[in-house]
Amino acid sequence: MGEAPLWAWILITVVKSLVVAVALLTGFAYMTWLERRVLARLNARVGPNRVGPFGLLQPLADGIKLFFKEDFQPAGSESWLYLIAPGITMFAALVAFAVIPFGPPGAQLWGVPLFQIADPNAGILVLLAVTAVGVYGIILGGWASNNKYSLLGSLRSSAQLISYELTVGLALVGVILVSGTLQLTEIVAQQQGTWFGVLPKWNVFIQPLGFLLFLIGANAETNRAPFDLPEAEQELVAGYHTEYGGMKFAGFFVGEYINIIVASSVAVTLFLGGWGGPFVEQIPVLGVFWFILKIFAFAFLFIWLRASVPRIRYDQLMTIGWKVLLILALVNVYVTAMGVMAFGGGS
Amino acid sequence: MAIDVDDSNPVMTTTLDKLEEFITWGRKNAVWPMQFGLACCAIEMMGMAAARFDVSRFGAELLRASPRQSDLIIVSGRPCQKMAPVIRNLYDQMLEPKYSIAMGDCASCGGIFNNYAHLQGVDKIIPVDVYVPGCPPTPEALMQGIFMLQDKIGRERPLRETTHNPMEELERRLAELRAN
Repeated sequence: MGEAPLWAWILITVVKSLVVAVALLTGFAYMTWLERRVLARLNARVGPNRVGPFGLLQPLADGIKLFFKEDFQPAGSESWLYLIAPGITMFAALVAFAVIPFGPPGAQLWGVPLFQIADPNAGILVLLAVTAVGVYGIILGGWASNNKYSLLGSLRSSAQLISYELTVGLALVGVILVSGTLQLTEIVAQQQGTWFGVLPKWNVFIQPLGFLLFLIGANAETNRAPFDLPEAEQELVAGYHTEYGGMKFAGFFVGEYINIIVASSVAVTLFLGGWGGPFVEQIPVLGVFWFILKIFAFAFLFIWLRASVPRIRYDQLMTIGWKVLLILALVNVYVTAMGVMAFGGGS
Repeated sequence: MAIDVDDSNPVMTTTLDKLEEFITWGRKNAVWPMQFGLACCAIEMMGMAAARFDVSRFGAELLRASPRQSDLIIVSGRPCQKMAPVIRNLYDQMLEPKYSIAMGDCASCGGIFNNYAHLQGVDKIIPVDVYVPGCPPTPEALMQGIFMLQDKIGRERPLRETTHNPMEELERRLAELRAN
């Protein structure tokens, strides 16, 4: 054991990144399948079940079709920006996952932790910064398409993302105050163990309001129903990706669904104890399993919300964002700060 | 996209056949219709996507709002003269490969609207792959139309120069039989 040589460190990191990227892209494909199946069940339908067993090959069929579609670019579009916009969205979504610890840090090879790609000591800030870059993909895509609906959709989307970014940021401030650190591994480590032997020491029990605000904000940031205004069909055709077809459209789709996975994993990491679960000390790989299980619960919640809640109006969206959620988030930060002053943080 | 095939090389033709099968399998199982309703038939189209009939089982429930993302235009209703340029425009905006279904009597041949205001069939302005008769056709009938379209897509040869023509093949086989 001991300190790893540089080449080993680079090799391990590259392999880890590849595995995570492939896992996320597969996760994306089966998120679409899960969404179609669960949405269908919630609508008293059946969902894709003819293509392969339980419709499991449906994402493959969609992928083949999109791959062999005509390669298209609208007249008068900014060709360079039009091409890279879906890439930016996809890239930002994938990179955000790099700082998430998806397994216990104890599992190491040559002193390099296996279940996290990078562990910066300002992990939450990296996360917020990288997810904010994703807005560029949306706004550039809408701008470069040379289409009024795309432009309006992208403006809406960016306004919405910036408004709800505030709420999400402030909700995370509550967690930072309680744990006294920005490092994600440390935050997860603090959530291990139980109170009174039964209740897991998850931040969701200390920060219930913060968790709720984060949930709403994350839903809005991933452009999901009931906040899917950028794609409101009645008003804006398909929003910022109206002019995108084939694989370029698939790029935006990948970005959106990986964003759901990333938002779920952030919620799990900060509020639900990350990879924590029974028997993780004995078998570290079990941590990854618990992590994925918790992500699935969240993904299901996102789909459930989409099936149950109607889309809200744009002015209502802004009102909720600025006049309700932001105030609640500020109150949450204030109360948390008082609590930390009174009882001491860093539990 | 066409590949020059040496028909005498069995390895080449088999590989190409398999590849084409793969592509057409993907295409026929992911037909995304456009969210585009014209008249009363559109109600039956919605019924097809809703709980009772549920076309999502066959992977065709993603009604895309943008023509760039859809593969199939279902002309569901009477195409009047004012709507005709719009239909043609939407069809032109779709990306290849694109398919179309004329749903109902009005879209197929004018139906009961035999007058100055309506097109006598949408095939006057766009090529139609499948005609679904009925006034309006039931959701089952429209689903049958989609199955027929899927069969048709499955018979396509996307990598060959010429399209596969079953009649030509039949005639060729008949000629062979007669020669023997």
